[in-house]
Amino acid sequence: MLKRFRYQIAIFLSVIGPGLITANVDNDSGGILTYSQAGAKYGYLPLWTLIPITLLLIVTQEMSSRMGAVTGKGLSDLIREEFGLRTTFFLMIALVLTNFTNVIAEFAGIASSLELFHISRYISVPICAVAVWFLVVRGNYRSVEKIFLVACFLYVTYIISAFLLKPDWKEAAIYSVKPILMFDTDYITMLIAMVGTSIAPWMQFYLQSAIVEKGITAKEYVQSRVEVVVGCILTDVVAFFIIVSCATAIWAHGPKDINDAADAAVALKPFGQYAYLLFSAGLFNASFFAACILPLSTVFTVCEGLGFESGVDKRFEEAPEFYWLYTLLVVLGAGVILWPNFPLIKMILASQVLNGVLLPFVLIYMVILINKKGLMKEWTNSPAYNAVAWVSVAIMIGLTLALASITVKQMMPQAKASPGGSAPVAQVQSHDPSRHAFKANVPESRIAHLFRQAIGIGKFTD
Amino acid sequence: MADDFLFLTELLGLKVHDLKGRRLGVVKDAAIVPLIHPSRVDRFLVGGGWAWLTVRHDQVRSISLDGIYLKDEQLTPYHSDEYMLRLVRDLLDQQIIDGQGRKVVRVTDVTFSIEHASDGDSIRIVDVDIGLRSVLRRLAQGVVPPQWVRRMQTIIAPHSIVWEDCSIIEADPQRRLRLNISNKILERMHPADLADIVEDLSPDDREAIFETMDSEVAADTLSEIEPDVQASILESLETEKAADIVEEMSPHEAADVLAELQEQTSEDILEEMEVEPKAEVEELLEYKENSAGGLMNTEYVALPEGTTVAGAMEALKANEEILESLNTLFLVDVHDQLKAAIPLARLFTAAGATPLRELAPDTLIHVDVEERQDRITELFDKYNLLTLPVIDAEGKLAGVITADEVISLLREK
Repeated sequence: MLKRFRYQIAIFLSVIGPGLITANVDNDSGGILTYSQAGAKYGYLPLWTLIPITLLLIVTQEMSSRMGAVTGKGLSDLIREEFGLRTTFFLMIALVLTNFTNVIAEFAGIASSLELFHISRYISVPICAVAVWFLVVRGNYRSVEKIFLVACFLYVTYIISAFLLKPDWKEAAIYSVKPILMFDTDYITMLIAMVGTSIAPWMQFYLQSAIVEKGITAKEYVQSRVEVVVGCILTDVVAFFIIVSCATAIWAHGPKDINDAADAAVALKPFGQYAYLLFSAGLFNASFFAACILPLSTVFTVCEGLGFESGVDKRFEEAPEFYWLYTLLVVLGAGVILWPNFPLIKMILASQVLNGVLLPFVLIYMVILINKKGLMKEWTNSPAYNAVAWVSVAIMIGLTLALASITVKQMMPQAKASPGGSAPVAQVQSHDPSRHAFKANVPESRIAHLFRQAIGIGKFTD
Repeated sequence: MADDFLFLTELLGLKVHDLKGRRLGVVKDAAIVPLIHPSRVDRFLVGGGWAWLTVRHDQVRSISLDGIYLKDEQLTPYHSDEYMLRLVRDLLDQQIIDGQGRKVVRVTDVTFSIEHASDGDSIRIVDVDIGLRSVLRRLAQGVVPPQWVRRMQTIIAPHSIVWEDCSIIEADPQRRLRLNISNKILERMHPADLADIVEDLSPDDREAIFETMDSEVAADTLSEIEPDVQASILESLETEKAADIVEEMSPHEAADVLAELQEQTSEDILEEMEVEPKAEVEELLEYKENSAGGLMNTEYVALPEGTTVAGAMEALKANEEILESLNTLFLVDVHDQLKAAIPLARLFTAAGATPLRELAPDTLIHVDVEERQDRITELFDKYNLLTLPVIDAEGKLAGVITADEVISLLREK
């Protein structure tokens, strides 16, 4: 009996490829907390984003893996070869900075998951940082990876929890297909963060390298495409249930911001006394898993792109840039967390926003590359595919600009804040006040106001 | 002038002047024609208005940081030429193989030497630059004046590869011929180093290298490559070329590689092989991959029971090609039954007339072809073996397992 069970696990593990690994790393600490925050603060409202996000996720992941399979080269390699060193250099700087905040987010995830058990971050974070460093550099990471993957099944708890909480399924279904836009900084920030966490820029680099490393060629690509698509859908199914759980368990009793892990763990309250344990284990696993992969993937990407030696099988003298950058990312990423009163959860959410801001630029390069006949031969994008990609780029840039303009406006309150308020004030509320019982007085920026008028979204009662 | 060198980053954007000193345009790219000269820049591609013009090397009077001055202004429009290696398009930012450092590197910049002659200056490629110093030059290119860059960069140690040691990677076999790319640098390397390099390349580039490389070197290299990469390389090659390479491999390595391939491909390759190596490989393919039969190789020396030391020496002289890795001799009787294993070094201290049988240790350790891996590694460890004979069901010597095979096995775990 046990033998049979083991055999089945072995089969399961052998089919797990880059696509599923990437999908699972995708729901890292940033993912869990961003979706929790979305559900806790806006209820079922943000559910509609999941369908377009899934579509965009499939399109981008599929492009990365196709490029990997056809060219046999990593994304940063291709960017370097086709766009030259200067472009690569600045893109790599942006990527390192963004990924650095993501590394911080992973360590923040580790810290906050263990703080639920009153383990001080001053103990947990240094120990985990050292563990990550040794696990990856000393090379036994590969053997541990499978444990992480199996532990990702902890996400199932969200699905069970969602059902036990008896959410309003009708409501959830309606908001899954009903887009609602609000020109409110928090809401737009949330949208960008949701896209940024689902489609993190570093994922594209990681997935493409993983496909290359696995030796998948254009011939075998068709099978691998199925895996990538399944992985993408799985990611967002988990996201859906996280949002629904949080909407039912938290938002229904009054919308609130998630300030620490204990707030987010409420989503699992049907599990009673085990809720904290499950949430903490899930968050810890996801954070630690990503903390292993993310810094390593970043350093590989940078070294590949700039032409430095890389690889954990190299000695320090052979690949100094590789080891320095890797060590810096881990040490500084963990070190920042130890800053007294460091706002863990805010940092995690902010890192996902940065992801969302960098994403369109990475996408632009990807779409240009994948349409080069010389590189991709008969595997270039179809026009429909390109249309989806370019529209996504446009939307993401639009959202980023909207966020930037609102933020800038808010950062100069003195200039505008004449008493009585010359800036139009929009009262944000949904069309069904009996259920969505939250109102917010949001000073609407002039640009947002004009923009809203121009595209005619009438969700506000002025 | 003291500085007789020029970087590609400086050459690009250099102003080109005609006989009267008027500016014609700026350098956009430069090309060498390897069939004519392996390192001299043969053409400068100059962009002025809408089109690019070609400046031949013999039309140049002087080259320096101040610009290029021509002595002949009969310039022709630029047409793409298959024989040209364009430095910006084909070399800059691309991967090349560093034959001296034995690795794949990415080109960040190129260093030229300026050669002064009575009829005009010419420039030749001296080094290909990699590393931080050249990264700095690229970032500063066109933003900071070259003289400043030259001064600034001295704080970083240079990192360059001599042009003669570079091997360009080009996947198109036709173009390899036109660009006169040979595999000489690669073929001089140790197969294990070359294998590491090949693993770093993209599938197309691997195929190009194996397609054009000498079969014997290809076979040695392929033996050192990881199994899944081995399989993808063989599958990408023409069946005939694949068969040539497999024939050159030792039978047990060939069997290992073929076992990795899809059944159809592996049969096609066997079909193309010569009769003798084919039979040996097919025999080995019968055994299970992780049994003694799958691990053993058939390169061993078995001598008749009554052989003397002098006789053995004679036999070895006739088989010089396997001496490098030989450490044990085997004695078999008339029915090929294994009788003894003699450490090679014993021969040197014994008199010529001594029968080999007397040099054999008391215990003869051997395994059956069906024996499991972990039992084999255990035997190697317990008895400190270098070579372990494998016998078939009838007690005949079928092959030997060597310590290096066991080491690879253990490293895989």
